[in-house]
Amino acid sequence: MEHSRVIGLLSPERLTANFAEAQPGLTRKAAMEESNRCLYCYDAPCITACPTGINIPSFIKRIATDNLKGAATTIMDSNPVGASCARVCPTEELCEGACVLNGASKPIMIGMLQRYATDWAIQSGQQLFAPGPSNAKKVAVIGGGPAGLSAARELAREGFSVVIYEAKPMAGGLDTHGIVSFRLPQTVSLWEVEQVEKLGVEIKTGVKVGVDVSAKQLIEDYDAVVLAAGMGYVPSIGLEGEELAGVYDAIQLVERTKLHEPSIALLGAKVAVIGAGNTAIDAATCSVRLGAEQVKMVYRRTRDEMTAYDFEYEFAKQEGVEFSWLTAPKRIIGDSNGKVTHLECVQMQLSDKAGADGRAIPIPIEGSEFLMPVDAVVLAIGQKRHVGLIESIGLKHDRGVVIIDEATRRTSHPKVYAAGDIVFGSGKGDAMVVSAAEQGKQTAYAISRHFAATSSEAI
Amino acid sequence: MADLRINLAGIEAPNPFWLASAPPTNTGYQVQRAFEAGWGGAVWKTLGDPIINTSSRFAAVHFNGQRVAGFNNIELITDRPLEVNLKEIYETKKKFPKHALVVSLMVEPKREKWHEIVKRVEAIGVDGLELNFGCPHGMAERGMGAASGQQPDLVEMQTMWVKEVAQTPVIVKLTPNITDITVVARHAVSGGADAISLINTINSLAGVDIHSWNTIPHVGGKGSHGGYCGPAVKPIALNMVAECARDMHVGVPISGIGGISNWQDAVEFMLMGAAGVQICTAAMHHGFRIVEEMIDGLNNYLDDKGISSVRDIVGKSVERYSNWGDLDLNYRVVARIDQETCINCNKCHIACEDTSHQCIDMLTNADGKQVLEVREEDCVGCNLCSIVCPVDGAIEMVELPGIQPPMTWNDRQRAIEKLNAASSEMEVV
Repeated sequence: MEHSRVIGLLSPERLTANFAEAQPGLTRKAAMEESNRCLYCYDAPCITACPTGINIPSFIKRIATDNLKGAATTIMDSNPVGASCARVCPTEELCEGACVLNGASKPIMIGMLQRYATDWAIQSGQQLFAPGPSNAKKVAVIGGGPAGLSAARELAREGFSVVIYEAKPMAGGLDTHGIVSFRLPQTVSLWEVEQVEKLGVEIKTGVKVGVDVSAKQLIEDYDAVVLAAGMGYVPSIGLEGEELAGVYDAIQLVERTKLHEPSIALLGAKVAVIGAGNTAIDAATCSVRLGAEQVKMVYRRTRDEMTAYDFEYEFAKQEGVEFSWLTAPKRIIGDSNGKVTHLECVQMQLSDKAGADGRAIPIPIEGSEFLMPVDAVVLAIGQKRHVGLIESIGLKHDRGVVIIDEATRRTSHPKVYAAGDIVFGSGKGDAMVVSAAEQGKQTAYAISRHFAATSSEAI
Repeated sequence: MADLRINLAGIEAPNPFWLASAPPTNTGYQVQRAFEAGWGGAVWKTLGDPIINTSSRFAAVHFNGQRVAGFNNIELITDRPLEVNLKEIYETKKKFPKHALVVSLMVEPKREKWHEIVKRVEAIGVDGLELNFGCPHGMAERGMGAASGQQPDLVEMQTMWVKEVAQTPVIVKLTPNITDITVVARHAVSGGADAISLINTINSLAGVDIHSWNTIPHVGGKGSHGGYCGPAVKPIALNMVAECARDMHVGVPISGIGGISNWQDAVEFMLMGAAGVQICTAAMHHGFRIVEEMIDGLNNYLDDKGISSVRDIVGKSVERYSNWGDLDLNYRVVARIDQETCINCNKCHIACEDTSHQCIDMLTNADGKQVLEVREEDCVGCNLCSIVCPVDGAIEMVELPGIQPPMTWNDRQRAIEKLNAASSEMEVV
């Protein structure tokens, strides 16, 4: 019988080994060779391609000239989560994709060099930045993820007194909780959090705005509020059987492997992951490393439409993840104990009609239903929006995407600004960590400009 | 297969690649290994009164991750007894009769000292002698090497003393640590030198350790200047070879030395007048086997060019080396950028904009693509853009038809003098 198999946990040693960072960093020799290969372009396209505008030729030249502190400072100055981004950025679509050496030879490994420099900073324990002289203004930041941390750090450097309200026990957001450890060790994200704290930013962890403190209270107590609460867990897709034991939320699955609590038992399991985005890939590879016997990604479209990056797809394949293209889940079937046993799927085909996003709409092939035997189903079909929180402040939004004025970064409330995933919507760019960081920075500068203008008006 | 044999002032060798007098030619074991590897000749490490060497002798300059762009040493001449060296020279020559075996010599500037060592060395059978008037460190402090090489009359006199007794060809090795190397070269020739070899190493301090503040290298916390060689010195050496080659008062065969790292470098030296070349740093960096790549490259080059003997390229570029005053002031080249090959690193733009003549524009073309364009009317043809361009073929220096007939600075001065003379005659009239 299928479900008589024992699904368990790997030994702590195996788990530690499986979740240790997969890709080794550059050796000093490799870093010197690679950094010396950089042409040090003028008006370099890699800088333009970086959402945070890191002066890449400069930091690489600093590596080449044995100035790792200078290199790390250049990176972190532009990107407060530059150590995480060194690992999770889709570099081939950003800086490395823009490198002029594409075609001529091969692009510089910018991400790996960025990691080399920031790893040095992490190991050296040196503080790279200092807070600015106080301007006696107070800002509350809701959410301690990439956007919130970036905003907080830049505000602190501009002289603001900043308090971050973080619902979870640790700050860092997605970087700390939502990206698999073998791609991004939690220590890296927590170092970035620590760098922000060292600038005098107070991080109130375990405080959920809207529950433990009201947003209204923050708006009253502070001169400005930055809403950077990101997004929530995976929403329900209304599939029959979602409540069965063995059905998991992809984000929670990843998060559990990053917390000091026993991970979800998947040793020996057959796992189906529904979705084909970045989180779906992470959930799939995570399942492999939890010991799953078989991991299948179930996606109703094809490889061409999947939103995961090429490098993520390649990595998943190397990990042994299988892909069931043009396959849509119909319902999850459980046994008498309420435990998952099968995923009922239907074969799809791409229609001629394109949806609002321009992608071909998949339609089911009648009578093609089949049963996929599974022990676990992982749902990875997007993230919930914080509509409740947004509405409690009375902010204008479009289906949970907070609407802001691009120039002032302000929401419909004059004291509330917003950045990060909470303002990303379809058609507004990829929800990358690096973009969130840039939005956080820009929000901080907008707030700074606002108060500089008002104080000069007062004079 | 081209004929790679050379004849340098009567010294024959199967190919032009000789090991220079240096650490690689310290012993019979090494020179025999070198000949087995394919080296055409070797100049045995300088014989003289044995010295004592320091520990910590070499240092190098690395550039942008490349090892050994330049090489520095404070090692002196042989530290082994003369008898031991002579025995090994004898055995080596016996085993390799067709390879050129030249012995480098350095003794005090005394006639009898020179007579004695020349006789003793020639007695065991060598193909030639090389007089070391170039070693810039250590020996110079004792009045030998570069110290005597920097005094043209002393070079001439010592060469003469050697020639009084020498039966084999005498090569005088020159120091570059002098204002005009042709002066010393001429004195060597006046003294009877059959050939000259150049350059010896250049006075150098390889570096300072920025953490310990010690010199590089240091001997127990103290350093002294060494001799610089390796790829970085090649242009200096090539110029000195060329200056000697085009000096009609020198007029003896030249053995070219200085930073020769590959067959292309060897071809350049030979085109500029060297009858053969001597190499050290490349062997020290890679081992004797590096000569295989040199021989193969040279052979293929000659075959491709349809040149049957390497001797046919010797001196072919000498007449093209001249004085600045003889250069055509109306010759014009301008930079032209091939948009297909250009990778848009913009290095040409910033180099020109900041440090040259501000004539490369960064533009956006009709397709929205970034393009770099030279304003040819403002381009002085300095070559800087093509030098900094990382992609071969992206920037070409294009020859433009001269607007005016060729005229050199010397032509111009002569014309002006003529005009002045004519006008003063007019005034007289």
